[in-house]
Amino acid sequence: MRWQRFISILKARDREFVRDRSALAWNILFPLLIIFGFAYAFTGDQLDQYKVGVIHQSENNEISFYSTQYIHFIDINELERTTAIDKVKRHQLDMLLEVDKKRYWVNDSSPSGYMLEKVLAGSGGEGYQKQRVQGAQVRYVDWLIPGVLGMNMMFSALFGVGYVVVRYRKNGVLKRLKATPLSALEFLSAQVVSRLWLIMAITSVVFIGCDLLIGFSMAGSYFNLFLVYALGAFSMISMGLIVAARVKSEEMAGGLLNMMSWPMMFLSGVWFSLEGLHPWVQKLALIFPLTHITQAARVIMLDGAGLLVILPNLVALLVMSVIFLLLGVLLFRWE
Amino acid sequence: MSSILQVKQLHKQFDQLKAVNGVSFEVDEGMCLGLLGPNGAGKTTTVEMLEAIKIPDNGSIQYRGAPLNEEFRNKAGIMFQSTALQDFITVRESLELFQQLYPKVSDLEQLIQDCALGDFLYQETAKLSGGQRQRVLLAIALVNDPDIIFLDEPTTGLDPQARHNFWQLIHKIKQKNKTIVLTTHYMDEAYELCDKIIIMDHGEIIAQGSPRDLLSEHFNDVVIKLQKSDELESKLMTLEEELCSMSITRHESWVEMQTSDVNQAVKQLLAAEISLSSMQIRERTLDDLFLELTGKELRT
Repeated sequence: MRWQRFISILKARDREFVRDRSALAWNILFPLLIIFGFAYAFTGDQLDQYKVGVIHQSENNEISFYSTQYIHFIDINELERTTAIDKVKRHQLDMLLEVDKKRYWVNDSSPSGYMLEKVLAGSGGEGYQKQRVQGAQVRYVDWLIPGVLGMNMMFSALFGVGYVVVRYRKNGVLKRLKATPLSALEFLSAQVVSRLWLIMAITSVVFIGCDLLIGFSMAGSYFNLFLVYALGAFSMISMGLIVAARVKSEEMAGGLLNMMSWPMMFLSGVWFSLEGLHPWVQKLALIFPLTHITQAARVIMLDGAGLLVILPNLVALLVMSVIFLLLGVLLFRWE
Repeated sequence: MSSILQVKQLHKQFDQLKAVNGVSFEVDEGMCLGLLGPNGAGKTTTVEMLEAIKIPDNGSIQYRGAPLNEEFRNKAGIMFQSTALQDFITVRESLELFQQLYPKVSDLEQLIQDCALGDFLYQETAKLSGGQRQRVLLAIALVNDPDIIFLDEPTTGLDPQARHNFWQLIHKIKQKNKTIVLTTHYMDEAYELCDKIIIMDHGEIIAQGSPRDLLSEHFNDVVIKLQKSDELESKLMTLEEELCSMSITRHESWVEMQTSDVNQAVKQLLAAEISLSSMQIRERTLDDLFLELTGKELRT
């Protein structure tokens, strides 16, 4: 690999991207618009239903509290107790009840928790023991941002490499480069590195912009978050290389890239939690890089999770990157 | 003169179509070789195999006695029939980009001057005119100071001024003793630039040699052209027996008579009181040779 050749192709690709003002603006504006849109849509009192998680709900322990209107009772598996308590901390659940042990958790700073506590006391739950938790409310937008940043990376990675290389193949740029001493590895590496740093730069701009304009929760390490996003972007760029390897028409590339990106967009937990979905859909979602990016970024930003917690996601992203990259390079044809 | 490129029994097939079928020739150092042929004759496929862009099914190509390798890549300059350059990149940036892909390069400022790129050096390549674009593509082909340059229909679609300007550039390259392989549809271009031509049809070589040798080999006559009229037609009908030594071809507005003895032909025409006011006499051209060898049937 000759570094001079690699760097010259890298510089050319960077110039092309940065000078394409409309594409650059769209890469920054698109995630900002989505985040602002959702921040606005889910702000206010539109959702007036109380949410109560119940562990070991059974008919023997039936109390009239369960028949209270405007409360949504959610069954919680005993194994998910810790996760559910975290949700009470973040105001994602207003109360958690453990029926067998006659105890409940509420967040001291939650008005809804306070109201539900009063209702519980007056409707058969007098003897229940109160467990206090503390924690600031996690708004939907806080929950959303890690996934939306990942989703924007996905579009930029897949289309920025897959679509662009196919266009190069169609209009003869690749053929012209093939006639030089440039190797396929040098060309593809330059595409990957160019796109990777551009994605990281754009994501940083969007991240800072969102924080300045609407502010959001960032409980964990910036380094860990950088690691997740960098590895995630790398895996999705490598995924784009598979499309870029052989396809000759932009229409075909567009179809394939949409086929990859749309399921990821809806099944990777960007917009809603996967918990309510069928177990096999939850398992299927693990094959998508975006699922691992969203999960890892979310626990870093909301819970301050460390490297050990996100290790399974990092390993999954690394394995996917290696597989996609190998496939992309092995399948690649200049023409 | 030593041969820089040796081509032996080249074959290339696409599905059922034999695009190139047993082509062999040699290219001498410093020569300009023209590959001519109708559409679909196999010129571009042949050239792309010479450029190491396509791999032959059979046969061999040797550059300075060795198979096409990295040394060839470093020393070959290529201008494809149609090439796009990356968007949003200026002419200078494109030249610099390609320059950095090669170990040995031409002096960039000299190249810019030789190819007259100075006026649009900082313009994006996508915004160039046809002639400017071809000059940039030629400069890119020369950026590595190549020993051999492949030009695939470099003047197609250019206006006459741009074509003549391009020819001057090719002459300059020839003066530097560079070897050129040129494919073209323009016979005047081949005649102007090429030391040797190869005419291909249906994937095979049907003639090769210097333009002059090929013309003298195939023709020993000249063409007398007269403007078509009813009077001329009726007189020619009556003279058919006397003019039997001449081959007569009727075009839309001209009648052409091929003869090996101009004096005798002119005497016969004057004797028949045919007006010679519109008469033109021309030598046989590569166009005539091309049509004689490949026929007048329209190719797709």
